[in-house]
Amino acid sequence: MTRALGWVAALGLAAGLTAGFGYAPREAVQGNVQRIMYLHVPAVLTAYLAFGLVLLGGIGYLATRRMGWDRLAAAAGELGVLFTGLTIVSGSIWGKPTWGTWWTWDARLTSTAVLFCVYVGYLLLRRLIEDPDARARYAAVVGIVGAVNIPIVHFSVKWWRALHQPSTILGPERAPIDPAIGLALFVNWLAFTLLFAYFLSRRMEIARLEEQI
Amino acid sequence: MITARDLRKVYGSSRVLDGVSLELGSGQCLALLGPNGAGKTTLLRILATLLRPTAGSLRIGDADALREPERARAEIGMVAHGSYVYEDLTARENLRFWETMRGGDASAGRLAAALAQVELDHVADERARTFSAGMKRRLGLARVLLGRARLLLLDEPFTGLDRRGRKWVSEFLAGFKAGGGAAVVATHSFGDGLGVADRVAILGGGRLLMDRPAAELSAEALHRLYESLTDAVEAGP
Amino acid sequence: MTYARRAWIVLWKDLLIERRAKEHANALLFFCVLLLFLFQFALGPDRDRLAAAVPGLLWLGFILAGLLGLGRSFLGERDNDCWEGLRLTPGDKSAIYLGKLVGNCVLMAAVEILLAVLFGVFYDVDLWTPAAPLGLVLALGTIGLASVGTLFAAMTTQVRARELLFPVLLLPVQVPVLLATVSATQALLLGQPLADVAHWLKLLAGADLVYVTIGLLTFEFVLEG
Repeated sequence: MTRALGWVAALGLAAGLTAGFGYAPREAVQGNVQRIMYLHVPAVLTAYLAFGLVLLGGIGYLATRRMGWDRLAAAAGELGVLFTGLTIVSGSIWGKPTWGTWWTWDARLTSTAVLFCVYVGYLLLRRLIEDPDARARYAAVVGIVGAVNIPIVHFSVKWWRALHQPSTILGPERAPIDPAIGLALFVNWLAFTLLFAYFLSRRMEIARLEEQI
Repeated sequence: MITARDLRKVYGSSRVLDGVSLELGSGQCLALLGPNGAGKTTLLRILATLLRPTAGSLRIGDADALREPERARAEIGMVAHGSYVYEDLTARENLRFWETMRGGDASAGRLAAALAQVELDHVADERARTFSAGMKRRLGLARVLLGRARLLLLDEPFTGLDRRGRKWVSEFLAGFKAGGGAAVVATHSFGDGLGVADRVAILGGGRLLMDRPAAELSAEALHRLYESLTDAVEAGP
Repeated sequence: MTYARRAWIVLWKDLLIERRAKEHANALLFFCVLLLFLFQFALGPDRDRLAAAVPGLLWLGFILAGLLGLGRSFLGERDNDCWEGLRLTPGDKSAIYLGKLVGNCVLMAAVEILLAVLFGVFYDVDLWTPAAPLGLVLALGTIGLASVGTLFAAMTTQVRARELLFPVLLLPVQVPVLLATVSATQALLLGQPLADVAHWLKLLAGADLVYVTIGLLTFEFVLEG
């Protein structure tokens, strides 16, 4: 089952690459640099999915005290940090030719960096506690605080600085996108979600086996 | 007062408790003996609802202590090493704090009576920082009295006390039992344990190796039994 | 009723202990004075530069002092296993959180007011004219900092590498509070009316509400074994 999911995810990634580089046209204003978007946007969406699952796993554990929920939260936490890192790096690579600098304290970049720090802290906390129950409880609390904090971080950073591209997918002032670009984005998003699901189930399986030793 | 069935506690790969069952009625006192690392403190902490067993069931009074620990806690008085004493509060303030936290009546009269009962009335308004180990333990016992606990759990109550102090604790326990309370005393001290207990249990390697009425045992017989039982556990796998 | 009495007795106990163990409070105040020196050395004697940096420095000072103060707030419970005693008290554990939170807010406010006065004197900034709106920002920011800080302090007190883990967990979560308070303080010091920072105040109030609610709801899981 997991193996099949892995193959589907690999297939999805291949399709995503093809869609991103072969099918989607070269964007008129930004040129080929824009194609980083096919990595950047799916990565950040996957990261948010992951942090949502950290929240879900945490609440699930506190309500039921079943380790399975904690394994879900732990695996999602690690993947969330991974995909947030990917988001920051890809955004930075996109920023260099576009803004002329690797890093600006632009609103969305900053809030992603803040999230990255919150969840690195989450992983650190997990590492420092041996007792599985205490680890699961504390991690759940940090995961809940981290998740409810996301919108607060979002608004505070947005008001503090506002010079980012308007968000193409989620923003209210939706800029018209070329349908081909939209399709390529969708395919890549699907591929990333599948990949995430595959990693998640693998990681949870490993954690389950570790607990049995 | 206590009905425990097949309590287990596992940390990673080490089994600290490996299936402990015991019962204790009102007015009874159980002395829990065992070498270091035998699981005495773990068992006591599970009975106190401070620690959740990995498996097993536990009733304290008429409450399922694992499902409704809050109800069980109303019955329990725990006096561990630290006795839950704030060093920078006076004896009276300590009692006032804990009794209010318990939701009970912390009126001046009750506090004074409890302090008199544990013979701390002459130092009631001195900071606990200046107290000896024995005085802090007595302050812990006063807290239990105020809380009207019916199950007293004591972790090493005789350690660090002189003979008079140990005698005082033994007499306190006798009085507590006479009032219908039950007690579990985890201790290293054979003589004191045997002196106060109705039953003696030996814990080794996470199991109850023995659980017998104290009246059947002389100090010497208990010593021999203890040695042979705990040696057998250590020699085992 | 019992709930309020229990929260109150925790507050009473904490403030009483804090008043008796004066060394801690004194050390914290001295630390604040040292911070002022440090900021001065780091930025040089240029008055204008200092004045421009005051809102940020002020809140940096509050946060550093807060980290030290909050991080200690559950250490006293470790002595003599009082922690266990708290867990064994029957009833709603969030009363303990509430008492601790109010106590921490009171202590932090005391330190902050002192630090603000020192800032006013040493750096020659007029904090007095906008004192009332600044007080509001300070109160809201302090509640935000203390609410998550109290929760995380309870947690990290029982963990290895507590001194390191506490700021590492708390600081990123507090970014919104820092941004909001610094921005609002800056605007108020420039003489802008309170209405100009209303959006920041709303954000702070909303954040405080969320943090305190989460703290009340999850504290029992932090305390419980």
